[in-house]
Amino acid sequence: MSSTAHAFGAASKDLDAWFDRRFEEKMAEREAAHVPALTIIATKGTLDMAYPPFILASTAAALGWEVSVFFTFYGLALLKKSLDLRVTPLGNPAMPMKLPEGPRWIRGKELHLPTSLMTLMPGFDSVATSMMRKTMDKKGIARIEELRAMCIEAGVSLVACQMTVDLFDYGKDDFIPEITEWVGAASFLPRALKADVNLFV
Amino acid sequence: MTATVHTLDARGLNCPLPILRTKKAINGLPSGEILEITATDPGSLKDMASFCSQTGNELVSSAQAEGSFVFRIRKA
Repeated sequence: MSSTAHAFGAASKDLDAWFDRRFEEKMAEREAAHVPALTIIATKGTLDMAYPPFILASTAAALGWEVSVFFTFYGLALLKKSLDLRVTPLGNPAMPMKLPEGPRWIRGKELHLPTSLMTLMPGFDSVATSMMRKTMDKKGIARIEELRAMCIEAGVSLVACQMTVDLFDYGKDDFIPEITEWVGAASFLPRALKADVNLFV
Repeated sequence: MTATVHTLDARGLNCPLPILRTKKAINGLPSGEILEITATDPGSLKDMASFCSQTGNELVSSAQAEGSFVFRIRKA
């Protein structure tokens, strides 16, 4: 009797060891076959805030991830056929004010103007926008149009918020035809639930 | 056996363009061939290694030469 119990104990130990090994193998297999997924919610439509969603989406796609970006509220403007993105120092006190061009003594130096003063000057947003664009071109930063085209080419799904288009009375003809779908929050959330990384921009 | 070496000039481009251009160029290569990328973005040093480990392509070498970085990637 006791020898049977002993044999049973040994068999159960073997079984445990076998199971642990198989479990590790199966988990490793699963991990190797897993395609990471990224979902981003893009809510802002300014020149500066257009970059994070498109940079992260295009890079993740290049890494072989599955990517969806949900464009809602002001973020929907990033899907317009013609992009006229602007940037403002208002509410952006950390934005460095540097001249991209000009004599050496002033170029690249930070101009210490309070943002409240800057935004009082008529046309300052246009100046800030053109300064930002010039700086980006000089530094070899991609244009938003280029990053967006790369996202489309890489199969990033660009999801547009149906409610926003109604809210702001936009016409769907104003938007690029590559939009994968027009949906609401209830359609996007299940996708976000399954993703490994969810970002709100 | 020596693999054909293809080149990609990513000098002057900033993040994430060197990676995106590399991905595009790699896509068009047959398996086993080498892509040599020249970049000036200092971030590409770490990003290129991360790109390779994520995509399964082999980073054969990465070197610094005259203010630019030269990477060699073997397509998986």
